[in-house]
Amino acid sequence: MSNAADTDRVADLARQVVAEHDPKSVPIPEFLAACYDAGLSWVHFPEGLGGLGVSRGLQAVADRVLQGAGGPVPLGLNPMGYGMAAPTIREHAQSDDVKKSWLRPLASTEDLWCQLFSEPGAGSDLAGLATSAIRDGDDWVINGQKVWTSLAHRARWGLLLARSNPDVPKHKGLTYFVIDMHGPGVETRPLRQMTGQAEFNEVYFTDARIPDKHRLGEVGNGWNVAMTTLMNERSALGGSGSRRGAGTIADAVSLWASRPDLQTPVLRDRLSQLWLRAEAQRLTSERSRAAATVGGPGPEGSIGKLVGAELNQRVYQFCMDLLGPEGVLYHGYAHGRDEDASESGWRGPLQERFLRSRANTIEGGTSDVMRNILGERILGLPGDLRADAGMPWKEIPRG
Amino acid sequence: MVEELADQPRNQAEFTFSDEQVQLRTAVRKFCTENFDEQTVRRLMESDPPFDAKVWTRLGSELGVLGLCVPEADGGVGGSLVDQAVAVEELGASLACGPVFGTVFLAIPALVAASAGPVRDGLLAELVEGRRTAAFAVADRAGAFDSAAVTVTASRSGEQWTLTGTVPRVVDGGAADDLLVAADGPDGVALYAVDAARPGVDRTPLVTLDLTRPQATIRFSDAPARLVADSGEALRVIEHALQVGAALLAVEQVGAAQHLLDLSVEYAKTRLQFGRPIGSFQAVKHRLADLLIDVEHARSTTYHAVWALADGTDDPALATSIAQATASAAFARVATDTIQVHGGIGFTWEHQAHLYFKRATTDAALLGSPEQHRSRVAALVLDTASAERVPRVADGMPA
Repeated sequence: MSNAADTDRVADLARQVVAEHDPKSVPIPEFLAACYDAGLSWVHFPEGLGGLGVSRGLQAVADRVLQGAGGPVPLGLNPMGYGMAAPTIREHAQSDDVKKSWLRPLASTEDLWCQLFSEPGAGSDLAGLATSAIRDGDDWVINGQKVWTSLAHRARWGLLLARSNPDVPKHKGLTYFVIDMHGPGVETRPLRQMTGQAEFNEVYFTDARIPDKHRLGEVGNGWNVAMTTLMNERSALGGSGSRRGAGTIADAVSLWASRPDLQTPVLRDRLSQLWLRAEAQRLTSERSRAAATVGGPGPEGSIGKLVGAELNQRVYQFCMDLLGPEGVLYHGYAHGRDEDASESGWRGPLQERFLRSRANTIEGGTSDVMRNILGERILGLPGDLRADAGMPWKEIPRG
Repeated sequence: MVEELADQPRNQAEFTFSDEQVQLRTAVRKFCTENFDEQTVRRLMESDPPFDAKVWTRLGSELGVLGLCVPEADGGVGGSLVDQAVAVEELGASLACGPVFGTVFLAIPALVAASAGPVRDGLLAELVEGRRTAAFAVADRAGAFDSAAVTVTASRSGEQWTLTGTVPRVVDGGAADDLLVAADGPDGVALYAVDAARPGVDRTPLVTLDLTRPQATIRFSDAPARLVADSGEALRVIEHALQVGAALLAVEQVGAAQHLLDLSVEYAKTRLQFGRPIGSFQAVKHRLADLLIDVEHARSTTYHAVWALADGTDDPALATSIAQATASAAFARVATDTIQVHGGIGFTWEHQAHLYFKRATTDAALLGSPEQHRSRVAALVLDTASAERVPRVADGMPA
């Protein structure tokens, strides 16, 4: 546990960074690099790697000072970098030199990161992925295709999960790499979504090469390394507390309040059900956070993703049903690509958010898979029968 | 045990239970296992009165859990409503027989809120010790008090008050030693105590859907009464009792719903059909995952209401309505789905599912239905919402 001296030290260091690199006047990368050098990017990381080796809980102390002075929320600027890559690099990269070469530009946001997991043939069944990694001297040669990759067009580095051995059961033949997105044989194409925007990408590998020193974890142990990444994604999603009525539900409530001419008792009751669901989930997240401070997160944490996704859809469906004929218009399907790191669909007009919300129950784990996870990992129910259990990957039917 | 509860810090962080509260939970659970096992509950619910007075006295005198938030000066242990909630959750889980609703949820909180005086102090001491029981003969409208709906009149002759009128469907009223009655007198509505053994009290026991939660219609004919809260404070006292009662009723629902979820999960793991546990089928697994979410939401909103009432950090009317709307719906759904998951056996008299289903139906109807509480939330939140930050609505003109 943290002690008072650590708390003071973290707060002092943060105040020093703010004093020497005022986030309101220096460029963001300079400010964030200073945070890294002071060990404030991830206070629980070792010294020299963006941390101080103190309790993870003290990150909030640093963030309060840094963000209170006008500093950015780095997770928003480099989401895959901060949320997934950093903890995986820290745990699995082969040497401190490699770790340092990645972590500092990651922290400063000069190098953005993306995650190359999903494939056209491997969505919910991620372990069935087909992108191949074949050893060639000191390198690995990569061939295949990834999909649904946010930020691939702006990322310098990608977290890649690839098949290094097709002759063993699917979970056992995977290896985890970091790939240079600017290297030869890596082609990124925009993937246009139903909103008309291209928030995501397809990434094609044609004899792309990765030096073996950029492998994370042992050969064939990629699944376990990927679990580190996904665990951290989940805890990053846990996020910070929110006000009552904030978030997606605010869109519906303010739209409702702005249109007394469209209000009906039936719609009022529908909105009150959505509001209650949002509030119950907000309080459940608060309770989850309270549980995490007194030892391990409770089952509450895993619920947020599932509830939030379905609630988003119901909220925007409500908005559309409130608007009626006025709602079935659009601002145009001209092909666009948002250059900001965060997802563009949530800043457009309501109708775009309505369309964008359809992805919520698919991305980051479908709601169907989330219910399996709740049932199996929290309630302890038995798994479903698997037709591919124990079968070498290359013999599994695909299509 | 109870002495330790009084020594806790008063401003406990929301959702964080103290070691003493964890011990309290264990002690009440053990007591319930020993005294409210299913066979005992079935025997008691068909007895007259439908509880064991000796066991009730032990709950008060030995375990000390009937008036955990009664101040020490009034013969209680000076704990908080959180302590009381922890005990109530365990009593709810086992369908503990006894006047929990009339005495613990309503009468004791009303007396705690009333000004000190010989009548109030004497009653409180007896109820807390479990030597006498009480029922709350105050009709509510959806969990709120409506003085215009009072059906009993009070008249005074010298220092002696007498009550006349009928209160229908008083929960725990059939066996209660004392009745707290709202009556309209010369100065307006006040709260009186009537010794049920005195002349002028005529009670008609009613057959209830849930045999563990009995009711009686009570007719007063010049029944001698003692003033507990005069017209200056009766309204406040009754409203407070109804709010605390609604919060504790929600806690009871959480305890019972969790019990049913555990029961259904266990059954889904062990019941085999088609050669597999039925919990391995997604149809069953996903149903149970949804119940898990509902129970977690009920727990979060309910304990938030308890904390709000204990430390005043939220509007008690809004917090209790959020809790009631969520917990009533959750318990009802868990109870219906428990029957479904159990299949044929779940519909039999010998299985415990129907006992909880009847309690769920009853609890949802008492102190306001989920729809009534949802409507109250809508009035507090939606009808007062401001049209700030209304999201842009596309109007068909290209951006």
